[in-house]
Amino acid sequence: MFSYAARRLASAVPTILVVITIAFFMIRLAPGGPFDQERQVPPEVAANLERAYHLDEPLTAQFVRYLGNVLTGEFGPSFRYRDFSVSELLADGFPISMQLGVSAMILAIVIGFSAGSLAALRRNTASDMAVMGVAMTGIAVPNFVVAPIMTLVLGVWFALLPVGGWGGINHAILPVLALALPQIATIARLTRGSMLEVLRADFIRTARAKGLSEYATVTGHAMRAAALPVLSYLGPATAGIITGSVVIEQIFGIPGIGRYFVQGALNRDYTLVMGVVIFYAVLIILLNLVVDLLYPLFDPRVRHD
Amino acid sequence: MPGTARQLLLGFLVSITIGAGPALAGGELHLGNGAEPESLDIHLSSGVAEANIQRDLFEGLIAEGPDASLIPGAAESWDISPDGTVYTFHLREDGRWSNGDPVTAHDFVYAFHRGLDPATAGSYAFILYPVKNAEAVVNGEMIALGNLGIKALDDRTLEITLNAPTAYFLDMLTHHMAYPLHRPSLEEHGSAWTRAGNLVGNGAFTLAEWVPQSHIKLVPNPHFHDAENVALDEVWYYPTEDEGQELQRYRADELDVSYDIPADQIEWIVENLNDEYRNFPYLGVYYYGLNTTAAPFADNVPLRQALSLAINREILTQSITRAGEIPAYSFVPPGVAYYQQQTMDFEAWDQSARNDAARALYAEAGYGEDNPLEIEILYNTSDNHKKIAIAIGAMWKQLLGVEVTLRNEEWKVYLASRDEKAYQVVRSGWIGDYNDANTFLDLFLSDAGTMNSTGYSNPAYDALLKSAAMETDMVARQAMLEEAERIFLADAPVIPIYFYTTQHMIKPWVHGWVDNIKDVHPSRFLSVSEH
Repeated sequence: MFSYAARRLASAVPTILVVITIAFFMIRLAPGGPFDQERQVPPEVAANLERAYHLDEPLTAQFVRYLGNVLTGEFGPSFRYRDFSVSELLADGFPISMQLGVSAMILAIVIGFSAGSLAALRRNTASDMAVMGVAMTGIAVPNFVVAPIMTLVLGVWFALLPVGGWGGINHAILPVLALALPQIATIARLTRGSMLEVLRADFIRTARAKGLSEYATVTGHAMRAAALPVLSYLGPATAGIITGSVVIEQIFGIPGIGRYFVQGALNRDYTLVMGVVIFYAVLIILLNLVVDLLYPLFDPRVRHD
Repeated sequence: MPGTARQLLLGFLVSITIGAGPALAGGELHLGNGAEPESLDIHLSSGVAEANIQRDLFEGLIAEGPDASLIPGAAESWDISPDGTVYTFHLREDGRWSNGDPVTAHDFVYAFHRGLDPATAGSYAFILYPVKNAEAVVNGEMIALGNLGIKALDDRTLEITLNAPTAYFLDMLTHHMAYPLHRPSLEEHGSAWTRAGNLVGNGAFTLAEWVPQSHIKLVPNPHFHDAENVALDEVWYYPTEDEGQELQRYRADELDVSYDIPADQIEWIVENLNDEYRNFPYLGVYYYGLNTTAAPFADNVPLRQALSLAINREILTQSITRAGEIPAYSFVPPGVAYYQQQTMDFEAWDQSARNDAARALYAEAGYGEDNPLEIEILYNTSDNHKKIAIAIGAMWKQLLGVEVTLRNEEWKVYLASRDEKAYQVVRSGWIGDYNDANTFLDLFLSDAGTMNSTGYSNPAYDALLKSAAMETDMVARQAMLEEAERIFLADAPVIPIYFYTTQHMIKPWVHGWVDNIKDVHPSRFLSVSEH
């Protein structure tokens, strides 16, 4: 298993290099630059700015310089947030994004999996219909619609929870819920489908035939097998939560790194965009590896030798 | 001497404004502030959000009162030489940095040198160009900073020499580029000098906390010369990029003042929260620039005028933008200091008379039913810009038969297109840098480079602005600027559409807030009552 992990990590290095190269040249291809603004600056001022940030050098020289910096773990100063380095912004924001994302993920798995299993076991009953109805709505309504409605009702009308900002656990409830909703819905649907399939499988019939109680059959055998598609979905779910956080952090005024994705690109904050891209590329590669390493625990047919 | 008269006026204003608000002890003020500051470094920032915070942290030679009128700041008085080019400032004796060090003339000299140094790369360095040799320092021609027109005659006397009498110079000194800096703390902390704990300012407040994308918290500076009249205990600034969410935070009492309001909810606000809604004229104009360097607008004044006449600005502001904007028939907004607003003749006409004139001019320009003008409007992505462009396109089409296409570009792409003049008609906006007509008119000097995005060039206009810049007599100067704008409006290189207004929501427990054209509200004059 360790050699498998090591091989996977080694193969990630060229992937990340390709990501860096493509991202670097793509953002430079976009018209406009980090220091363009409504009020055009005189040419000598623009020249001073470009010199200070090495933007006056040829693009290839800038690329080599950037790559060198990244290898030493330095992402450079942000072009837009000029008092901070990209590394500082990521270091400040990531723990918050992670709390938000991990909480949303746990919530999505727990609720989604339970609701989906329930729906499968009570197939074609009212509770099945209810769960699936809610799930369909959750998938269909985007969270930038759900979030303002939740804040209006719970934050403004009933004044139960804060509308924005980040601090105590109170601040986390609405954004975590808004972020988790679409994932809860997807996971519930996935679980229901795979659970129905598993319940018809031979090994479940065997378990029942040898006299196991329904409870033991479901919890001991069916759930483990039914979890496999959900486990595979964790990769895309992570990506969904990361992109969802771009919107959610903006709406709730949460100081995470999700908003740097969009803001950085719109501001042509070259170093910040690169920093976020590299950071997320590494994160997603690692998470995918973790999922693959977990797989054998759930499915004995999969082994990484 | 002009300086003395102004000082008397300023003193008078100070006395009435300070007496005005109930100075209550204590309280926290929570302000929506638009964007996350790009920097708190007075030389690196360029936006309004940053300037609001810096105004609380620093104080220039001249400060701004609750209504944005000029009041003595770090300087308690000043003399102006008869030719208007040498200003001598006398610093107040009790001026202190937030660590207790005295504020000296050398701190201003140091700050001006740093702000203009090419290595600092300040994007607003050009605002100091009226100072003698400032431009030569920025463009690298002059390395020796000793020749810059700013000198400390002693610890409390500062002399600033200008290239030419600059009528708006005192107003300009309220800009963050003209604040002083505490040299030892910059030398100690380097680029981290703006962090909480490192930042030493001479304003009414100091920086207690800065969590990027979350908030900035300020607390009173005990060494500030007017500390006894500062009422607030804490001032919190929040980045509020989404106006819809800002309004919800305001309604949930998480914010006491909003930076803006969502345009699509204006009717709801007027119906439900009208007492807390403030709408006030701002030093800015929304306009369409016409590319005068290429067909069809080059050398075609009748066509430009026809398009301007054909726009019904009242309908646009009443039915499309609907947030109290003022229809614009001039480029310089109303209410600018030392200036009488100039307007295009047709302001007094009704729209049908304008339409007749538009049709006649359109025909004179060589266009008609069988030969319609084909034109493209460029605007940056925004619902508001889009609605306006559609409405204007429809007005042109309906009245004149102009074939209009719309081109929508993302902000930075749009800026690049505009600066390369890759457009025919471009949506534009301009907010004055200081309260003077010059900040609007000098955009269109023929040698203004890319700033002159329409490519307008008229020697008579240039000559008037250049003589106005050298004029010490305020009345004569005003006449020159006004004549220049009349020429400009007649040439119609731009189509003014409306004047901006600033819009805020303000809780009833916030006191001392005075609406003003610069939208400047120093926290030292604000207070909050029990709520």
